[in-house]
Amino acid sequence: MSASLWAIIIGAIFVNNFILTRFLGLCPFFGVSKKTKPAFGMGLAVIFVMALASIVTWAAYNWILVPLKIEYLQIIVFILVIATLVQFVELFLKKANPILYKSLGIYLPLITTNCAVLGVALLNVQEDYSFINATVFGAAAGIGFTLALLLMSGIRERLELSKVPKAFDGLPIAFIVAALMSMAFLAFSGMIQ
Amino acid sequence: MTKKGRWWELVKGLFAENPVFCIILGLCPTLAVSTSLDNAVGMGAAATFVLLGSNIIISLIRKKTPDKIRIPIFIVVIASFVTIVSLLMQAFTPALNKALGIYIPLIVVNCIIFGRAEAYASKHDVIDSVMDGLGMGIGFTLSLLLISGIREFLGTGSLKLFGITLINTPLNPSMMFILAPGALLVMGLLLGLFAHIRNRKSEKTCCEAKE
Repeated sequence: MSASLWAIIIGAIFVNNFILTRFLGLCPFFGVSKKTKPAFGMGLAVIFVMALASIVTWAAYNWILVPLKIEYLQIIVFILVIATLVQFVELFLKKANPILYKSLGIYLPLITTNCAVLGVALLNVQEDYSFINATVFGAAAGIGFTLALLLMSGIRERLELSKVPKAFDGLPIAFIVAALMSMAFLAFSGMIQ
Repeated sequence: MTKKGRWWELVKGLFAENPVFCIILGLCPTLAVSTSLDNAVGMGAAATFVLLGSNIIISLIRKKTPDKIRIPIFIVVIASFVTIVSLLMQAFTPALNKALGIYIPLIVVNCIIFGRAEAYASKHDVIDSVMDGLGMGIGFTLSLLLISGIREFLGTGSLKLFGITLINTPLNPSMMFILAPGALLVMGLLLGLFAHIRNRKSEKTCCEAKE
C-alpha cells in the first residue's frame, strides 16, 4: 500500500475525524449514541454507505458531469444519487440478507440526510482524488465516524448512572463530553505533516 | 389569519422556537463555521436565502405535490436554491466562499431547511411561509453570531466584522476556542445555560413544539 493511501486512511480516521474536527454527521452522533449496540449498527451502515457513495458519486462526477461540462450541477446530482443509492441498498438488503437488514434497517433512511455522506462526496471532488483514493477515503471516513460514535456511546452509557447538574442533563453534557474527546483527538494532528 | 398571527410566525423563530438552541437542528454548519463573525454572517445569509426560497416554492406547489414523492421534490427544490447561492458566492464573495468551503453545498442536508419545508411550508400559504422562513433564518443567524462571537473573542482576543475592529483586548487569546473542541464546549455551555433559564421559568417551557 502506498504512503499516500496510508496518509488518507490515518487522516480520515484520526486527524480530520469527520465528527470531532469536521463536524459532519452530528445529528446521528448525538441521536444514536445513547447505547453501544445501536451505535455499532449505525456505524456499520455508515461505513458501507459512505464507501459505496464515494464510488458512485466519483463515477457520476468524472464520467457524466465532467464530460458534459455541467459540474455546477454536482449538488443536485450527488444528493439524488445518494438518496437513490440508499433506497436500493435497503431494497437489496431486505431481499438478500434479512438478518443484516433487521439490524441496519432503521438506520439506513437516516443516512440519506446525514451530511457526512454528502460531505465525503464533495471532499472527493475538492481534493481531486483518484478512484481508489476516493473509495479508501470514503471507507476510512466511515470508520472514523464509527470510532467516535462507539467511544461516545460508551461514555454516555456510564453517564446515565452518574449525577449530572439538572441544567446539563441530556444534550448539554453530551456536547461537553464531545468537546473533551475532540480535544483528545487534537493530539493526533501531528501524525501527518 | 390575524395580523398578530403573522407577526408571531416571524418572531417565533428568534427565541421561542429558535432552530439551533430550542429544536437543536442544523448543528453541523453551526459548529463548523462559527469561528468568526464574518463566517457567521455569510453562513446565516446563505441559509436564510435558501430557507426563504425553498419555503416560497414549496408552499406554492404544495397543492400540486403528490404526497408520496414529496420528499424527492423538496430535495430538488432545496438543492436548486443551494446551487444558486453557491454560484453567487463564488462570483461575488470568493474569500467568504473559500472560508465556508464545503459547508455551503452542505446546506442541502441542513435539517432546518428540510424540517421547515416538511413541517411548515407544505401546509401553510405563501405569506406565512415567507414569514416563517425569514424568522427561522434570522434566528439561525443570531445563534451563529452568538456562538461565533464568543469563540472569536476568546480565541483571538478581539472581535472584527468585515475588517472593522469592534473590540480589541491585549489579553492572551486561548487558541482552543477557534479549534474544533471550542465549538462543542461553547455549544454545550450555552445549551446548559438555556436549559437552566427554562428550568427557572418551569411551566412556561420555551420549546414546546407548536406544529
